[in-house]
Amino acid sequence: MTTTSIKRTRFSLALAGLLALGAGVAMGMGASVPALADDDPWKDIHRDVFDNREISENDGVVELEAPYRAEDAAVVPLTMRLPASAGEVKRLTLVIDKNPAPVAASFVFGEAAGKGDRMLQTRVRVDTYSNIRAIAETADGKLHMTTKFVKASGGCSAAASKDADEALANLGKMQIRTFTDAQVKDHSPAQREAQVMIRHPNFTGMQMDQVTRQYTPMKIVQEMDVARDGERIFKMEGGISISENPNFRFTFAPGAENVIDVTAKDSDGKVFTASSAGKAS
Amino acid sequence: MARHPSFGANFREYFPSSRALFSLAWLLALTSPGWPVEALPVREIAPGVFVHQGRYEIFTPRNSGDTSNAGFVIGRDGVAVIDTGGSPRVGAGLLAAIRERTKLPIRYVINTHMHPDHVFGNTAFTGENPQFVGHAKLPRALAARADRYLAINRELLGEAFEGTRILPPQTLVKDRLELDLGDRKLRVEAHPTAHTDNDLTVFDEKTGTLFLGDLLFARHVPALDGSIRGWLALLDDLATRTDIKRAVPGHGPEQMPWPAAIAAEKRYLTKIADEVRAMIKDGRTLAEAAKTAGLSEKDAWLLFKEYHARNVSAAFAELEWE
Repeated sequence: MTTTSIKRTRFSLALAGLLALGAGVAMGMGASVPALADDDPWKDIHRDVFDNREISENDGVVELEAPYRAEDAAVVPLTMRLPASAGEVKRLTLVIDKNPAPVAASFVFGEAAGKGDRMLQTRVRVDTYSNIRAIAETADGKLHMTTKFVKASGGCSAAASKDADEALANLGKMQIRTFTDAQVKDHSPAQREAQVMIRHPNFTGMQMDQVTRQYTPMKIVQEMDVARDGERIFKMEGGISISENPNFRFTFAPGAENVIDVTAKDSDGKVFTASSAGKAS
Repeated sequence: MARHPSFGANFREYFPSSRALFSLAWLLALTSPGWPVEALPVREIAPGVFVHQGRYEIFTPRNSGDTSNAGFVIGRDGVAVIDTGGSPRVGAGLLAAIRERTKLPIRYVINTHMHPDHVFGNTAFTGENPQFVGHAKLPRALAARADRYLAINRELLGEAFEGTRILPPQTLVKDRLELDLGDRKLRVEAHPTAHTDNDLTVFDEKTGTLFLGDLLFARHVPALDGSIRGWLALLDDLATRTDIKRAVPGHGPEQMPWPAAIAAEKRYLTKIADEVRAMIKDGRTLAEAAKTAGLSEKDAWLLFKEYHARNVSAAFAELEWE
């Protein structure tokens, strides 16, 4: 037990460091310096985030769907799947090797995530041609990884809002949607599906104001806790690689009421809450 | 310069020695751009209203960034330029085309929106000391994207990129602004978020010509970088205007009849909005929509492959908040 908790603390520290790295890079040396083609950052990420632990690859525990060529580098849709055969998964980490902050997000699953076929979708920024990795940690403490290569460029530094005024005016507004059974593909055992969206510019801190020569301060959604009937489905810790208006679609184990509650916190310390209670579920 | 009458008359007064003249020529050679400036072909679509038609292409070193339409209006007292092309080289070509037709001062350089193919030619006009005019939100939009615009287009344009600087406007239009060229007035109007969040139109009252920038695409597939709902609403609004006789698209022919000009673009945007809304209602995903929505429009447009899936993604991310 003690060993486990120490490891977890180290993991969290390393994670926090990598989530924050992007801002430092941007301040120090400018954002658009591309990584060298033969420079493989994975070795460092493996050491810093996963303590060089053994990782089993493509063993069917975690699947990752990503477009080979991203249409819009600022909004690259990713789908992660954990089949029922994967058993209990404690944590899922999403890594984009060549982004300034490689750890895009980390999801810790709770009871309400269920143990059937699980699915989690989000949208990310991809700064240059990069490997994207989904790494699952099963209940036995083992790591499992699937990797996809994505051709995209400019997702982080080009992440300006399409409507800058609207992005700030609606900051924190949330939308929760639960899907009726007909819309959900067959799951076994039974799973439900929901989507949580939050209006947030998720400024990367990489956009330079040409007049002041200052970078826009980073302003991101750092945490999001999602529960069904008071039981955790997942808690997300996110970095600057999550797209503007963070968007998560996920399965969960059905409960009595199937009310989804969300609490999100951003880097300014603002807390946003929303609930699907009162809406048809 | 040689055609300037007063210059010729006072020639010896200014340059008593040929040595001074030689120095001047040398100085001009040093300060002029390192490529031969050829005037861009332009057509006079209405009295005093000229348009250069860009190619239906994305930026490449071969086209030097000449991929969008640019125009100018000559009045009694001066000239207004509407968009400057996608590189200093294209801007210089546009300036040369103007100077083949008039010596009047260039009073205004108006940018219809933030995209590089419409603003990168601005630097070619700095020597003319015009007022640069843009949407009130244009400076912020350029600032947020400047690093990326410069980095990516340096690669795409190659040599033609040389000398590119981002020049934001000093004269900002929040609502509307009238620019007086002596015998004709241009009405500059700022619009709510549509193609981008900083779109302007320029209307020449004398000839009923409306420059729409990229609020109007023809043949070149529209590119959505703002709001699909805002864009469709604006098109409906503009279609009711009876003072417009002809339209100049940001990409497309030099001129188009009004309001027929907007029909194809409206059909395209409506189709995307309808199909994306239906997919959202059915619980489908952004990734699925990007692969399937609006494909029936494929043969109606050029550059469909380059822009369409991105348009669908942008529309999806907007419409799922409805």
